[in-house]
Amino acid sequence: MTQTSEGVNGLTSVPALLQRNAAEFGDKAAYREKELGIWQNWTWSEAADEIDALALGLLTLGVAEGDFIAIIGRNRPYLYWAMVAVQSVGAVPVPLYSDASADEMAYVLDHCGARFVIAADQEQVDKVTDVQGGLSQFEQMIYLDPRGLRKYDHANLHQFSKVQDAGRAALSELMPELNRRREALNYDSTCVMLYTSGTTGKPKGVVLSNRNIIETSRHSSEFDSLSAGEDILAYLPMAWVGDFIFSLGQAYWTGFCVNCPESVDTMMTDLREIGPTYYFAPPRVFETQLTTVMIRMEDASPMKKRMFDYFMAHAKKVGPAILDGETVSGLDKLKYKLGDLLVYGPLKNTLGFSRVRIGYTAGEAIGPEIFDFYRSLGINLKQLYGQTEASVFITQQPDGQVRSDTVGVPSPGVELKIAENGEVFYRSEGTFVEYYKNAESTADTKDPEGWVATGDAGFIEEGTGHLRIIDRAKDVANMSDGALFAPKYVENKLKFYPNILEAVVFGAGKDRCTAFINIDLTAVGNWAERNNIAYASYQELAGHPRVLETIQEHVETVNKSVAEDPMLSGCQIHRFLVLHKQLDADDGELTRTQKVRRKIIGEKFEDLVNALYNGSPEIYTETEVTYEDGRKGEISATLEIRDAAVVPVTASKIAAE
Amino acid sequence: MMLDSTDSYVTEDGRTIGGVVMEMKNITLRFGGVVAIKDISFDIREGEIRAIIGPNGAGKSSMLNVISGFYVPQDGEVLFHGKPRPHMKPYEVAQQGIARTFQNIALFEGMTVLDNVMTGRLNKMNSGLLAQAIWRGKAEQEEIENREKAEKIIDFLEIQHIRKTPVARLPYGLKKRVELARALVSEPSILLLDEPMAGMNVEEKEDMSRFILDVNDEFGTTIALIEHDMGVVMDLSDRVVVMDYGKKIGDGTPSDIRNNQAVIDAYLGVAHD
Repeated sequence: MTQTSEGVNGLTSVPALLQRNAAEFGDKAAYREKELGIWQNWTWSEAADEIDALALGLLTLGVAEGDFIAIIGRNRPYLYWAMVAVQSVGAVPVPLYSDASADEMAYVLDHCGARFVIAADQEQVDKVTDVQGGLSQFEQMIYLDPRGLRKYDHANLHQFSKVQDAGRAALSELMPELNRRREALNYDSTCVMLYTSGTTGKPKGVVLSNRNIIETSRHSSEFDSLSAGEDILAYLPMAWVGDFIFSLGQAYWTGFCVNCPESVDTMMTDLREIGPTYYFAPPRVFETQLTTVMIRMEDASPMKKRMFDYFMAHAKKVGPAILDGETVSGLDKLKYKLGDLLVYGPLKNTLGFSRVRIGYTAGEAIGPEIFDFYRSLGINLKQLYGQTEASVFITQQPDGQVRSDTVGVPSPGVELKIAENGEVFYRSEGTFVEYYKNAESTADTKDPEGWVATGDAGFIEEGTGHLRIIDRAKDVANMSDGALFAPKYVENKLKFYPNILEAVVFGAGKDRCTAFINIDLTAVGNWAERNNIAYASYQELAGHPRVLETIQEHVETVNKSVAEDPMLSGCQIHRFLVLHKQLDADDGELTRTQKVRRKIIGEKFEDLVNALYNGSPEIYTETEVTYEDGRKGEISATLEIRDAAVVPVTASKIAAE
Repeated sequence: MMLDSTDSYVTEDGRTIGGVVMEMKNITLRFGGVVAIKDISFDIREGEIRAIIGPNGAGKSSMLNVISGFYVPQDGEVLFHGKPRPHMKPYEVAQQGIARTFQNIALFEGMTVLDNVMTGRLNKMNSGLLAQAIWRGKAEQEEIENREKAEKIIDFLEIQHIRKTPVARLPYGLKKRVELARALVSEPSILLLDEPMAGMNVEEKEDMSRFILDVNDEFGTTIALIEHDMGVVMDLSDRVVVMDYGKKIGDGTPSDIRNNQAVIDAYLGVAHD
């Protein structure tokens, strides 16, 4: 591992990178945001001015070095500037999930002791105002969009642009102090604090230093030879480490342009308009896009449909090979070119992927069909494996070695080892400093030598050196007969069906496996429409006998495929039910990053789990739901429980290693 | 609270309500033998949200049409800024700064949302036919200005994602919002809303309520609205007129109305003699 303790060319902080970019790429676009129907543009030197003005403004408000400043809102250039301005004055930015409830925010704001909050709009201001009584260290709030806030008490409330104005007015007076603070930043000062989404328990504050962020950004940018010419679309939550690395770390390291959508709902249109060259999305986004394409093709004219089917079949055959630079016969190549002209090109254009040079997906396993679909179109979609504690990158797939069942080789500068129980450990310069105010958890996760436990069980494939992840280490358990139980493995297989949005498999310590299924309303709703099946609500559709039949077919096919793996054949699903409500982060069933919280679901729907095991054919249940505004309501339903056919397993032969 | 027509006061939530901008004096409206409105008087003050409520067939929409100048009452007069208002053509009403939405949405279904909203600016275009046809000079400048105004309203009502979508493809709740956008883009001083929340679900109603409050707050627009949903009306409005069978049976703040026996009877139903 190369040690660059002092950074490259003394660039040891994000504000230092900003100054370099302003000097080197001064006239090049740094940020774009669509507003009033037009893409507004800021160059690096304009961005640097805006950030300086805000930083000076923060000084006028009395921000001290080491203060924590929470930043809440959707991706907007102003909020990215806020992060860098906060860093410039020696304080620590703490981005929060903008869809978090007031209570969730209260926990984080209290835990980090934020003195200041920078909020996007009235909604966020209201949430913080609601809970500020319980926050002893909270002092002042800055807001971006003044709409609806005019009549609020402005004693501790400031408009973003006014803070900047105040900063500009105090330029000559405070610039020396700003410069002093900026120069005091080094590789070990804290760059950002990000709260983990918390699949278990309360969120933890992950402290990442400038070294973590800059080294990781440098390595990963070199790995994919990212340049200042890239365009990315910043649409994933700002509180998520991935967005911080892509939209801030790598953007500042290489000087590429960050494009912000107009609103959450316009993301797909904006994606098409920008045509990013470097793109990241969780599997769910790719799944949704593919589902949309397939649904629209169902409604296309027969001629178009045949053309689509014909060329997609050809793409499936030779597309990935062409992408990997393997030799393909001249005729196939020609046919692919024709397909590109008629089908792939227009399709990529519709999806906004015309210019994508590198695409990444991570966070969850992606279905092989979905993965291959994009790759066969010529989109260089790759997988990476990472986590907040690693500043994202642990492993990633190099060009030409892309497969759907591995997560790639260790990223540059990352060391990997597998513990005896199968848990994956890593060590790198991106490895986090600590969990804030939680020495115990820090010690549990990171040993004195710097090895960090990922919590995932996996193995390194012989020959290729690629890492394969089986499941969360703590979710891997044994069934009552000792057979291995890896729920995620089965859930992923189920989720590869467009009809199934989410699945939760139970079976630890039991004699057989059972499952909850969530249908995908878009896919199943469209299917219902085409088959003249009337339904009034999600609940009614989810309970429709024909939907249950379809899901049962899926479950049984998955059982067959699970049975083929001798190690995991015990994980076949014997009984299942289709849930009457969609699992939701507002109800605590998913994390804000849309990951299943297994334990909480098991407790909340205990009656349903019991019914899965006691043989009852149906169960009546009442469930509390939380609406978006925080009010609670109750829904009730009678759910049918179905038995699924399983492939008999003769003897479990688990090889001891 | 007794106020003169020129007095102004500040509401609990800090908005300034000015003097009377429009006054209905002893309005009676007949369609042949049917008396739709019987001798009704009330006023609308600058900056307030004024609701007209009543059961089905009470004459609410007729009243709104009188306010907008579409119907001319047989008796009584409408005073606008203290002066009697002559009979006007719809575009003249619009030029006075009065805009409205309709109970049954009246948009151009085949046009996009943006184009529909832009039609709300037609009144403000002064360039000649030729200039518009060749799109030079003043016409171009005007189009840019109008587009900016339209985009600001699109942003305000959060309909950016359907900017280029033909209206016919939109669900009902969004169409209502587009109609509001078209009314707002003409920068009206008085906005008339005919059942803005009819047929909406709870979430859509909440959104619409918030937009109505924001419009009033942000642009200082005087709003007169007709609404069925008592809960919404009570939350939104500063003052409420209650009609039943063409007559005014109550007029006052939401709390006055809540305690008004005639209103309770009209809504809960009593035998009519």
